[in-house]
Amino acid sequence: MKSLVIERTDLEKLFSTLVGRGYRLIGPTLREAAIVYGEIKTVNDLPIGWTDGQAAGQYRLQRRGDAALFGYNLGPHSWKKENLPPSLRLFSAERRDQSFVIIEEPADELPMAFIGARSCELHAISIQDRVLMQGPFVDPTYARRRNQTLVIAVNCGQAGGTCFCVSMKSGPQATQGFDIALTEVLDGHRHYFLTEVGTTRGAEILNDVPHRAARDVEKAAAQRIVDRTAATMGRKLYTGGLKEFLYSAYENPHWDDVAARCLSCANCTMVCPTCFCTTVEDVTDLSGAHAERWQKWDSCFTADFSYIHGGSVRSSTKSRYRQWLTHKLATWMDQFSTPGCVGCGRCITWCPTGIDITQEVVSLRERQPGRKEQSDGEP
Amino acid sequence: METIPEKPFGQEPMSTDPRHFRAYRMKRRWQETHDTFTIELAAMDGSEPVNFAPGQFNMLYVFGQGEVPISISGDPRQPSALTHTVRAVGSATKSLRRLKAGEGLGVRGPYGSPWPLEGARGNDVVVVAGGIGLAPLRPALYELLHRRADYGQIVLLYGTRSPTDILYRKELARWRARFDLETLITVDRATDGWHGHVGVVSTLISKASFTPANTTALICGPEIMIRFTALALEKRGVTPENIYVSLERNMKCAVGFCGHCQFGPLFVCRDGPVFSYPRVKGLLAVREV
Amino acid sequence: MENLERILAEHPFLAGMEPSHLEILVGCASNVRFEIGQLIFRQGEDADVCYLLRRGRVSVEVFSPNRGPVVIQTVGEGDVLGWSWLTPPYYWHFDARALDPTLAIALDGKCLRRKCDEDHGLGYVLLKRVATIIEQRLQATRLQLLDVYGNHS
Repeated sequence: MKSLVIERTDLEKLFSTLVGRGYRLIGPTLREAAIVYGEIKTVNDLPIGWTDGQAAGQYRLQRRGDAALFGYNLGPHSWKKENLPPSLRLFSAERRDQSFVIIEEPADELPMAFIGARSCELHAISIQDRVLMQGPFVDPTYARRRNQTLVIAVNCGQAGGTCFCVSMKSGPQATQGFDIALTEVLDGHRHYFLTEVGTTRGAEILNDVPHRAARDVEKAAAQRIVDRTAATMGRKLYTGGLKEFLYSAYENPHWDDVAARCLSCANCTMVCPTCFCTTVEDVTDLSGAHAERWQKWDSCFTADFSYIHGGSVRSSTKSRYRQWLTHKLATWMDQFSTPGCVGCGRCITWCPTGIDITQEVVSLRERQPGRKEQSDGEP
Repeated sequence: METIPEKPFGQEPMSTDPRHFRAYRMKRRWQETHDTFTIELAAMDGSEPVNFAPGQFNMLYVFGQGEVPISISGDPRQPSALTHTVRAVGSATKSLRRLKAGEGLGVRGPYGSPWPLEGARGNDVVVVAGGIGLAPLRPALYELLHRRADYGQIVLLYGTRSPTDILYRKELARWRARFDLETLITVDRATDGWHGHVGVVSTLISKASFTPANTTALICGPEIMIRFTALALEKRGVTPENIYVSLERNMKCAVGFCGHCQFGPLFVCRDGPVFSYPRVKGLLAVREV
Repeated sequence: MENLERILAEHPFLAGMEPSHLEILVGCASNVRFEIGQLIFRQGEDADVCYLLRRGRVSVEVFSPNRGPVVIQTVGEGDVLGWSWLTPPYYWHFDARALDPTLAIALDGKCLRRKCDEDHGLGYVLLKRVATIIEQRLQATRLQLLDVYGNHS
């Protein structure tokens, strides 16, 4: 892959080119004391000079000592809110005589361009692609959005306190799923983006943006940044034999311990970039002549989620946490040939009680009945 | 455990778009028991009927009231009379009960895995149904009887709570009169005038005539009943690989998108509802899985 | 007598039993027949028989003054009816009534107890078989208690 360089001063041209081509830009921006993904217009909408300090149950915006545009890691949002909206009307229906007619939803007006997607997030998107558009059935809204959306990835210049993408082999360097990938380099007085092109669509866009071939020293500088990020992960998760282990751990005593801390609040599932569960709500207006069906994000932590006539299949918090973690790290692999976790660490950061999936796995391994000392767990 | 979805037996789903309903109208509805009714639906536009395989289900949408998965309970050779048997226990099923003849509803499907009738050829077939569990097994019985010569002994063991909960009474009477089908019915609680068996359905297993080593068993009913029945069949000598069970979980989408029906690594809507017993035996033993 | 031994040997309850044991049991056995509706035994009466049912059906029931007969279970061909002959004070705990014309082998309870006391080998074999039946009935009863088809919402 040929590496290019875009100067910081020319980045605005990338944004304006995308806008000029009819893209709606979705990218990081400061809102409600967090860096979230929202509609942006210019480089100035980015969280310039801000970063995010993260730990289990903690997220704090902090000033950086420089003017980095992408000098943070991940906020509570992920791109799934664009690909698979939290609330989406699937159709409307109108009563006609004894029956009704379905009114299809109009297609989205403008294609989106995601600005600043991280490698773990690209992996999360490809995982959701497997669920929603690569099986025997295709979610049409999801597929349309995915096919239209342009992705500008950014390689992480630092590791967050709850990151473990290296363990999940999903980062920090973007290797797939982008049209253009940037590595932000702040080198003394210089500020530029080492740029990789992932698709012909990406290459075509760059025709309108000033750039030049990267020098070896620039490539090396960018690589050092990514290497440093990889070496300073906030967390790690030993995945060896994890699927088989979790299949054998349904009765592990540690689930009770997690359940004592888990509030069943569903935060982890809301911030998770791969969690795809939804429910539907059917509503009518007061006249009863107009009905709508809405799809909404749902969570395996709610009581309703597993309800069948008579009661919930998973009535205890323990069983819900077990379902979630086992799904992420074990059953997902049998369902979709990939784990359902990309190591983004959001579930750790946004858990109000600081439950840490990486630590829970360690504890589960330690407390597995019949465990042979030193032969299991982390080598 | 390999869970790559297989193409459903029978015919391909109508559309890969899970939101695509076909418009149907209520043709007629009759009460089976105090809480269970059967509906027959007809395509609004008189279009070609959609084929289904015994054991599959449809999603039925009632205007503004919601959608509910209901197994198809009619004859697979007469798909134009789309038949579902419904127990009115929730808001969506109760709104189905309120639909009048001629009123419209949305149908999508058929979804899910069928009973392995092809693979059972040459074997004895033992059908064990509990309560409303007879509904998804009735299409299998129709098909078994259509192709009667392809199978050895065919046995239907049916258990309900009480005599008034027995579904398809006229049909059962006809089946009981057949010499090529052994039909045994039992109730948990006898009431006045009941002269049949009393006791749980698994007690019928020892009374039926079949050769365990060459038997395919199909079970549907409450999950507790399924577990006990499978154990009793194993005890009698039926090979676990030849036992099939139909499971129930919460379903919203029927196509593996919504996540609700997960049962360990399995999606009940897509990988099931009919599973070979060894595939789910371990999971059935785990609480709240 | 030879005929009775053959019938005994063919009954599922005694299938595979050693000939020497069967020979002893024949000494306690007789053929019996019940008409439709006939009471075979009544709660509280002396339990002195173990019935091996050969044909027909029998309901095990209890009578309630306001509900009439409440049927707990039905047993039939190949089943065993009654084990109260095995444990003191040897009283029946339920009523048994023939639902069909019913044929059975009646094994005399006192005779069985005596033979088992004399030959512990026979006693052990017989008790194992009775235990299997009790286990099955208990499991079925527990399942019945669960009311699995009920509306539990």
